[in-house]
Amino acid sequence: MNQPASRYSGTAIALHWVMALAILGNFCLGLYMTDLGMSMLRLKLYNYHKWTGATILTLAALRLLWRLTHRPPAELPAPKWQHTAASVTHWALYALFFAVPLMGWAYSSAAGFPIVVFGVIPLPDFVPKNHDLAEALKPLHGDLAWVLFGLVCLHLAAVGKHMVIDRDGLIRRMLPGRA
Amino acid sequence: MTKIRTAFVLAASLALSGVAFAQAKVVPAQSQITFAIKEMGVPVEGKFGQWTADIAFDPKKPEAGKVAFTIATSSASFGSPETDAEVPKATWFNVAKFPNATFASTSIKAKGAGKFDVAGKLTVKGTSKDIVVPIALAQAGANTTATGTFSIKRNEFHIGEGEWTDTSQLADDVAVKFKIVMTGVAPL
Repeated sequence: MNQPASRYSGTAIALHWVMALAILGNFCLGLYMTDLGMSMLRLKLYNYHKWTGATILTLAALRLLWRLTHRPPAELPAPKWQHTAASVTHWALYALFFAVPLMGWAYSSAAGFPIVVFGVIPLPDFVPKNHDLAEALKPLHGDLAWVLFGLVCLHLAAVGKHMVIDRDGLIRRMLPGRA
Repeated sequence: MTKIRTAFVLAASLALSGVAFAQAKVVPAQSQITFAIKEMGVPVEGKFGQWTADIAFDPKKPEAGKVAFTIATSSASFGSPETDAEVPKATWFNVAKFPNATFASTSIKAKGAGKFDVAGKLTVKGTSKDIVVPIALAQAGANTTATGTFSIKRNEFHIGEGEWTDTSQLADDVAVKFKIVMTGVAPL
């Protein structure tokens, strides 16, 4: 707590890492399950994927609220274009935290498989069951997930640059457990 | 002599059946047979797109009525390409071997207020079970609408073989819901 403005808050750090794990896990799960033939396992994994997606969507809302109501740490010295690039990337990530699960939810509804989170919380269908709509939404959910994956890679490349080239300790702003 | 007698009996029975059973005509565009099942708590609905019905029924003489349905198992659809590709397979309806599911009534009982119990034999995938289907009739203009819901256990008909006989993930209960719009049914 000696330099509060130099790091993200504990809540922001926790949300960052929990979401990072959930998103990476659900991305891999999504890639894996869609290649499986019809089986109980396939249906089970689809449900787990949707439950995780609904959890990510909830965390995204909490995280956005937290971000809008708490100041992030002061920016480290860098050229203006890098600050701009970082800012654009961060807000694009936030947008996709919502867009990817919402698109998956819409696809699931359109395909006629409503989402029941953890098998007990039914989510409302915000689009009707419609075959053509489902076919149109299906690739969009996947495409957006790949865009999110691309942005995560860009985000990691920037972290790598700060660690290896700048050596400015930027990553410590987001590392947990150094209170 | 026997030929003439046979002809006479045939003609008489035809005439009698014509009198006793006024044939109702189904209006397919307004009718539907759907089914619903739960998978990990998720309600999933499908429908049978192709079926025919033989309905001869006078609400005033229900016990003399006859109802028979023939449903093309190949027309079962959840409306999603992934699942629709599975439905015809041997694990599910085995459409190649059992192209039709049938229902044939054995007795119809009036329950009052336009409600009837239709008992009959349901045959799916080569297995027959006696079931009772409760129906409610409503009439408007020339149309008579029969609605109802009944439940079957899919495992009794071997719908979902192999690992799918496990009902912990895919429920055993399948609710079948129907709305049949007909013309040519006598007033209630």
